[in-house]
Amino acid sequence: MTTRKGTGQGGPSRRAMLTGTAKAVGVAAVFGLGLHTIVAGQATVKAAQALRPPGALADERDFLAACTRCGLCVRACPYDTLKLAGVADEAPIGTPFFTARDVPCEMCEDIPCVVACPTGALDHGLTDITKADMGVAVLIDRTTCLNMLGLRCDVCYRVCPLIDEAITLDMRPNTRTGVHAIFEPTVHPDACTGCGKCEKACVLPEAAAIKVLPREVALGSSAEHYRLGWEEKRKHGEALIQDTIDLPDRGYSPDHVESTPSGGLKGFKP
Amino acid sequence: MSTTPKNPAAGRDIVLPQDPARLAVAAKGRLRASKWLLLRRVSQALALVLFLTGPLLGVWIMRGTLASSEILGVVPFTDPLVFVQSLAAGHGLIATAWIGAALLVALYVVFGGRAFCSWVCPVNVLTDGAHRLRVRLGIKQGLQISRSARLWALAAVVAVSALAGSIAWEVVNPVTLLHRELVFGVVFTGSLAWMLIGGVVLFDIFAANRGWCGHLCPVGAAYGLIGTASLTRVSARARDACDQCMACYHVCPEPHVINPALKGGEGETPVILSRDCTNCGRCIDICHRDVFAFTHRFDHRTVEPANDTEPKSRPAAPAAAE
Repeated sequence: MTTRKGTGQGGPSRRAMLTGTAKAVGVAAVFGLGLHTIVAGQATVKAAQALRPPGALADERDFLAACTRCGLCVRACPYDTLKLAGVADEAPIGTPFFTARDVPCEMCEDIPCVVACPTGALDHGLTDITKADMGVAVLIDRTTCLNMLGLRCDVCYRVCPLIDEAITLDMRPNTRTGVHAIFEPTVHPDACTGCGKCEKACVLPEAAAIKVLPREVALGSSAEHYRLGWEEKRKHGEALIQDTIDLPDRGYSPDHVESTPSGGLKGFKP
Repeated sequence: MSTTPKNPAAGRDIVLPQDPARLAVAAKGRLRASKWLLLRRVSQALALVLFLTGPLLGVWIMRGTLASSEILGVVPFTDPLVFVQSLAAGHGLIATAWIGAALLVALYVVFGGRAFCSWVCPVNVLTDGAHRLRVRLGIKQGLQISRSARLWALAAVVAVSALAGSIAWEVVNPVTLLHRELVFGVVFTGSLAWMLIGGVVLFDIFAANRGWCGHLCPVGAAYGLIGTASLTRVSARARDACDQCMACYHVCPEPHVINPALKGGEGETPVILSRDCTNCGRCIDICHRDVFAFTHRFDHRTVEPANDTEPKSRPAAPAAAE
């Protein structure tokens, strides 16, 4: 098309056009390869670090296929929680994310960010914010957490929108004093929405002892190849194997065996 | 293009590329000779201001960015190329995006596909500046880029979206990067976005004339495809008045679109039908004989020159038109 002025029937003009097209195709292919490298690199390198808005498609690949990086969710957020990522941020450029330690998700009941999303990158099926899954809180530093030191901070537990569901305080003996209890903040991943209010509220001066991480970073995969005996027993209603032969315990043969009320052996010290 | 064109009308002023507006300014005054350019700059400014009244003044007119937006919280827009990439990446978009993309396609079918480029896109302001600088610096050398290059770039963008399963072009798209930068102010921390945009400007100044917007940008290519059917078009309706001063060729960002309309013979339409035309209207401004005017694509009328003080025979159509 560039050389329509050619005189002959497919002399220099057609050749020029063909070589021009070939060049364009070649350059476009190189350009496509480069673009693919950048896109694939961004998706994998930065995927696992960012906290996404509520309702964000769980698979980062699905999310990046749907998110137009328009920022409508950011505009809809009444608490300025959401930001669009710049080059230096932990999310691919232009995509929405939040930093829980700065501004956590306030868990609006009407979830305006999801409503604002024009493409479904934030799933409009999410109508109950307590079902959101932005990440999972993890008590990541047990050496600085005040509760783990035996103090009664409890702040992460108190601010949790799903108190006693997503975070409980589990008591165990304080072996340092011998008389007190340690109230260990324990996160229950099934209930935790990853809103980050615990991380925001943690009283430690800089970094929090409890942090929200993307689910795939925070959690191990469950040991599906294990049958948990107590679960199986509960499902079955009774022990699965009856009439097991109770062999004598080697190396433990006290003269007189007295059972405790709970069924253990009195005086047994492993 | 030669600096000393063969002067078709002996004794006339030779319009130098440095100042193609001289005759128009003399004939119509500086304001009328820049009418569409000024309107265009106002429109381009509005494309930012309407997005900025919300965050700056609390008056929300447009939200979002050029990728997806909504007017007054009601009317959704989604960029058609972003939409196609998302589909290619395997995401079935929700209704809002379908409506938003359809609305934009309809809008640009009416006003001209690449009207996006010249009336909305923020990069256009920069590349217009780059072009001015290139002319002022007298840089003539440059890459010769095939007219079809942007279509191949567009194909590559959609293919990569499908392969990577991700809206690929939005990672590096200078158009939305710049717009997002200006509307959200999020990229200041990193220099990559500015390097990309600076790269586009430097490329246009030193490497290729109208290199980015005129030859490579896949967003422009996509809007160009929409423009294949665009209703609003420029017509060289008074082409009989043309005295071949060449000013329109000098200012047109896509000079190849002018020839078929301006130099068309009897029975050939004076309407510029090429999808590459951005409907910028600069040719209307710059023509001191008012050859060009906005009209619709079915208006094939030609009109007699309005104030033809120097009647002259129509120049013969070049061989290419045969």
